[in-house]
Amino acid sequence: MMEKIQSIWNRFTSSRLCWPLAALFFVLLFNFFFTKDFFTIEMKDGHFYGVTIDVLNRAAPLMLLAIGMTLVIATKGIDISVGSMIAISGAVAASLIGGKLEYVDGVKTLVTLVPMPVAIFTALLVTTLLGMWNGLLISKVGIQPIVATLILLVAGRGIAQLITQGQIITVYYKPFQFIGTGYIFGLPFSLFIVGLVFGITFYAVRKTALGMFIESIGINAVASRFAGINVSKYIFSAYAFSGLCAGLAGLIICSNVSSADGNNAGLFIELDAILAVSLGGNSLDGGRFSLVGSLIGALVIQSITTTIYALGVPPEITLVVKSVVVIVICLLQSANFRKIVFSKWAQKRGIPGEKNAAKL
Amino acid sequence: MSKWKKVTVALSVGIMMFTLAGCGGAKQETTTKPADKKIVLGFSQIGAESEWRTANTESIKASAQAAGIELKFSDAQQKQENQIKALRSFIQQKVDVIAFSPVVETGWDAVLQEAKAAKIPVILTDRSIKMSSGNAEDYYVTFMGSDFVEEGRRAGKWLVDFMKKDNGAVNIVELQGTVGSAPAIDRKAGFEEILKQHANYKVIKSQTGDFTRAKGKEVMESFLKSAKADGEKIDVLYAHNDDMAIGAIQAIEEAGLKPGKDIIIVSIDGVKGAFEAMIAGKLNATIECSPLLGDQLMTATKDLVAGKTLDKRIVTKEGVFPAEVASKELPNRKY
Repeated sequence: MMEKIQSIWNRFTSSRLCWPLAALFFVLLFNFFFTKDFFTIEMKDGHFYGVTIDVLNRAAPLMLLAIGMTLVIATKGIDISVGSMIAISGAVAASLIGGKLEYVDGVKTLVTLVPMPVAIFTALLVTTLLGMWNGLLISKVGIQPIVATLILLVAGRGIAQLITQGQIITVYYKPFQFIGTGYIFGLPFSLFIVGLVFGITFYAVRKTALGMFIESIGINAVASRFAGINVSKYIFSAYAFSGLCAGLAGLIICSNVSSADGNNAGLFIELDAILAVSLGGNSLDGGRFSLVGSLIGALVIQSITTTIYALGVPPEITLVVKSVVVIVICLLQSANFRKIVFSKWAQKRGIPGEKNAAKL
Repeated sequence: MSKWKKVTVALSVGIMMFTLAGCGGAKQETTTKPADKKIVLGFSQIGAESEWRTANTESIKASAQAAGIELKFSDAQQKQENQIKALRSFIQQKVDVIAFSPVVETGWDAVLQEAKAAKIPVILTDRSIKMSSGNAEDYYVTFMGSDFVEEGRRAGKWLVDFMKKDNGAVNIVELQGTVGSAPAIDRKAGFEEILKQHANYKVIKSQTGDFTRAKGKEVMESFLKSAKADGEKIDVLYAHNDDMAIGAIQAIEEAGLKPGKDIIIVSIDGVKGAFEAMIAGKLNATIECSPLLGDQLMTATKDLVAGKTLDKRIVTKEGVFPAEVASKELPNRKY
């Protein structure tokens, strides 16, 4: 019995999900003690209501980005244009649906310039095309990923503002608000989008050879090509997929506040997405990847943000607090750092620490 | 052969990048006309952060055209470095007058010294600056725009009059603007000044919402939950701008409360969205902060070129709009 627990424990600690989970656990543990009612969930207007629901709902766009980013990073690439694509997606959807509130005989009427599904489809199509543009530059032209996606990072906000004409477009069309604020079975609708995207992606990479191809490309693209993998096709697809994910995230963000803000929507979120992937135990060097890890990473980031609001940290120092927490988590995840610190600590206590620390 | 092909493709992509980056970075819109000694005004706008800012931009553009002044307009997209770049390019182009609305209060020392050395007068619009050393007033001829401290005071006064409560605690939550920006600092200070005279009014939570709807909503969600956890009731929301209040209203509704009734909301700016919210009964009052200073700016520019001296402070005309007058006032709103 003991041995069995021991072996499960060993398997857990050697698993790549161990540290991301530990990080999430500690953030939640902190909240359990210091944030009152953090885990309280109640029913309100037929849906669940509580801080944890907020965390999940707010993390949804980040989780979507993290899924796309994980695949991109697994091919040894990076996509820093997702924040701008969010702005574009929101701008396209909002301007197609239209920003006019019209009163007919004193009654507010829903006005759309084009049917909502068309608007949503167009927004997703645009960001997917932009993702393809990234993929084309990287896989066919051979530009380095960070440079290629930098183009859209800079130009994307300009494009978004061009679409919105520098205005914040307010969407009064109620059904559109469902994407970001609606509930199904008491849970935020955005979570179902995340679930669906995650499910399809997970199936594609783990039940087909796709995941292995991507990992192999990330580890050694040249060898993969000689092994008969169509490297450029998969790299191209990864960026297109990342664009699609960014488009979905943009719709959620835009719908949540029923307005499209070309300047501020998704500002700096690309960095959070990369951080989420990294906190999820994925190497930015490409190769092996874990989608679940990235989702946990996204949840860690959002939990920290929400915790800071809940604790009432003065606005002047919130960013400092956030970065200190992230540094601590990153250090704990680094095998080298743990080896240095914990082996010293173990030696002091007279335990032959080398072996244990190495295993950690 | 194929190597050259690659190079050409890379080059053409590079060129595209620059043209694309051009439309994303500093957007330069110049109203060029055959100029016979036309007055040239360089204006650096913060960026399109809200309807308010857009109205401000439009007012300046329209007034410039009407006054026959050549306007070099640059959009800083909320970044100080863009704004400094724009100011430097104005100095290089030797414009007659520079006007700008600073993104943040500090960090202008070097570029304003350059402007001074080039003998180009600088007008600040709607936000003021601070210098790390020396007197800031030496570096600009006039500061034109709203008095943010007064706006904070007006919000406070309106609230005290509206609540008519001398006893019993009134719990207030505050959504601050961007950390370090003049309106955030002053609107907070002015509001607190009034509250000091009324001990039963207390700000229980205060956090930045970055002047955006999304952040305003996210922070309000958190306020509602943590206030409940602490067993406090939120009576009033004071938002440093209308957009954050509009975001917060959505959060309050999602929490099953009635904005404007369960929680009294007062915000600043007076944008159209705020008037729509007031008509719907979701917002109680907005304190006007008028962006329509184009005409005053053009008059000042002409006066400067004509060699007149200006007052150090030009205040725009503004009012307070409670919900009762909203439906009457809405058609008149330009922003």
